[in-house]
Amino acid sequence: MAIADTRPTRSRPPFWRDERVLRVVIQVIALGVIVAVGYVLFFNLVNNLQRQGITTGFGFLDNPIGVQIAGSDLSPNASISRALMVGIKNTFALVVFGLPVLTIIGVLVGVGRLSSNWLVAKASAIYVETLRNLPPLLVMFVMFFAVVLPLPPARAPATPLGLLVVSNLRISVPWLETTVDIGVFAIVLGAAVVVAAFVWWWRTRRSERTGEPHHRALWSVGVIVAIALVGWLLLDRPVRGSIPTLDGRQVVGGLSGLGSYFAVLIALVLYTASHVAEIVRGSILAVPKGQSEAASALALSGFQRLRYVILPQAMRIAIPPTINQYLNFTKNTSLAIAVGYAEVTLITFQAIGNGNPAPQLVLLLMAIYLVFSLTISAMVNFLNSRLRLETR
Amino acid sequence: MTLDTRPDELLGPPEEERHDEHLTPSEWVRSHLFSGPLDILLTLVFGAVFTIGAVWLVGYLFGSDFTILRVNLANLMVGRFPRDQIWRPAVSLVVAGGAVGLAAGLIGAMARDRAEESGLPFETTGPFGVLRRFWPVVGFILILLSLAGTLTPWLMMGAAAAAGGLLYIVGRVIPSSLRGFGWGLVVALFIGAYLVLIGGGVGYDGWGGLQLNIFLTVGGIVLAFPLGLLLALGRRSSLPALKIASITYIEFIRGVPLITLLLLGTFALGFFLPDALQPSRTTRILIAIAMFEAAYVAEVVRGGFAAVPKGQVEAAQAVGLSPWKQTRLIVLPQALRATIPAMVGQFISLYKDTTLVVIVALVDILGASQNANAQPDFFGQGLHRVTLPFVALAFWVGSYTMSREARRLERRLGVGER
Repeated sequence: MAIADTRPTRSRPPFWRDERVLRVVIQVIALGVIVAVGYVLFFNLVNNLQRQGITTGFGFLDNPIGVQIAGSDLSPNASISRALMVGIKNTFALVVFGLPVLTIIGVLVGVGRLSSNWLVAKASAIYVETLRNLPPLLVMFVMFFAVVLPLPPARAPATPLGLLVVSNLRISVPWLETTVDIGVFAIVLGAAVVVAAFVWWWRTRRSERTGEPHHRALWSVGVIVAIALVGWLLLDRPVRGSIPTLDGRQVVGGLSGLGSYFAVLIALVLYTASHVAEIVRGSILAVPKGQSEAASALALSGFQRLRYVILPQAMRIAIPPTINQYLNFTKNTSLAIAVGYAEVTLITFQAIGNGNPAPQLVLLLMAIYLVFSLTISAMVNFLNSRLRLETR
Repeated sequence: MTLDTRPDELLGPPEEERHDEHLTPSEWVRSHLFSGPLDILLTLVFGAVFTIGAVWLVGYLFGSDFTILRVNLANLMVGRFPRDQIWRPAVSLVVAGGAVGLAAGLIGAMARDRAEESGLPFETTGPFGVLRRFWPVVGFILILLSLAGTLTPWLMMGAAAAAGGLLYIVGRVIPSSLRGFGWGLVVALFIGAYLVLIGGGVGYDGWGGLQLNIFLTVGGIVLAFPLGLLLALGRRSSLPALKIASITYIEFIRGVPLITLLLLGTFALGFFLPDALQPSRTTRILIAIAMFEAAYVAEVVRGGFAAVPKGQVEAAQAVGLSPWKQTRLIVLPQALRATIPAMVGQFISLYKDTTLVVIVALVDILGASQNANAQPDFFGQGLHRVTLPFVALAFWVGSYTMSREARRLERRLGVGER
């Protein structure tokens, strides 16, 4: 008896049910729709701009900005592109000072929320639960309208503690000033780092040979501090503290910033730090309890448990979402427009207000932020791939 | 100071029941406030901070003049909504209250059934429990009512609470076969609340105050959800063209601040559209918000897809479902359930972000509070210290309550459990 042939036949289904055909067709249709919509939008844009006599290119970037930028000596006749560069610089001024400060506050508060001290834990919890549930713009308004603006006027600044010069226009804080020998001192510091690296290598090798504890971090830092101190004294203090003082109406020394700058900085730092604190707390809690118990079983002290077992694992969990918060901070600096701090969004806004073409300017602004963001997210992806634990 | 690495209160039983019962008060004080030199120092420092804060708060509450809030209460709530049409927000609030009550009742009934199925104990919340869960909302409403000073708002709130309570009971007792109908009614009530508001020639372009914030939040999410769902599906598609287009859109939007989209909507959107289609100002903002939120909703939904175990798809393939049916019948229902808490988080984040419309000169509650400070009666008196905390309260109450309820819902619906 012949056995029926049950092998699948080679014939293909009709083309409207053939997956290979369908895949191509669907993609062609999708691309067609996207291109069509894009074309219609672009066509409208060019058409509308031309009809209203507005330029379709980017040549307007050489036109004068037409306004005096607060806190900058750039003349109103300077070009829009130069004004935008000032705006980018001001955005950076927020980011550069904001990120380290918010990290420190976030870690302290996040650890504080897990403290066994009831008052510390409650204070941290109140801080986090309050700030996290407020709009950042509102926090900024509070800082600007309810804290900075009620300060003394610029013609009669206050000098609290003798360390600050404070008015509602400008705030000056103690900072560092340098003498002409700063270049030499920089070379000394560079040499100190080289020596410290050598000491690090020597301590490591010695430890490997003899088995004694290396204490290489302690040694290296000690070497740097010692050399720096000697150099600092020999060069007659090339870097020294500078406290702002009032000379008539002029503020001398220290570091001065606009009141609006401090309002934006403090508001965004406090807001973002509350999110970082939650990340830190969650990361510490996410370390399995067995890790801590195993460390106890090995007779590690409380500090050693934290330093060698819990924190390294918690860091691994915390770093990617924290960098995401850095990204949010950077994007949120755009809120400064609402209190008149001249970062890149405000400059763009002013340029649009002076009759420059809005579509190009807004797209340019988006591109600027996109560069910030893509840089940071590339970092996140890199870190993620480096830090990921291999599981199973 | 040592680190207290007990499990998160949210995962374990509520804080009050957790521990410490066996400690006498003096033992508790010693272990929680004075366990070592550093601990004592911290206790002193933070005790001082708390004392100063409390003194300042009492001084603020009893030493401030809240007239500016009383005079501007209607502006803060509904902006320049025509005062002869003010019954519309009131009726709308009652209807929405009923919808919320019904939804809460249905969720409660579903959680009860689920607990019965699995044989787990089901904890019911008594009146005091409800008060403990919703004290921020209740407190805020009481503040509003005391500022209003007339009887009508009390009646309105009473009616809303009554509608909510009544429909909550309805939601709890109706048989499970009618629940689909119940959810339909919830949606219908919300649409009804919207129709009452929008009727009578007061389009949403005339809205302001807190009403505008709520409208932009709800409208933004409702418009963004379908687009976000499509983007999420596109992102996990095996078709390269769809995948690349979705990823490009999502990453582009997530890389720029919301303000840039609001500026685009306000100043540039008109150039991209033909003359016949020039949208109104609020519509432009709504479009910008929906475009922005869609990218974030897509990421939330993607997270939901990731929560669906791979075995589910493999099982669906094994029973011979087509790719489309695998997605629609197996993956999507599970993925969407897993997204509920994150969607609430997104909703909260948008609620906070709606304040940004101040920058493009729409008058939301924050804008109304700034305008109040520009009125001749109140100008230049530093009354921001009165108005801004009030606005802060409106946002804090909403965000805090929603995020707590989302975590509760997460546990009740058993999201993340299998």
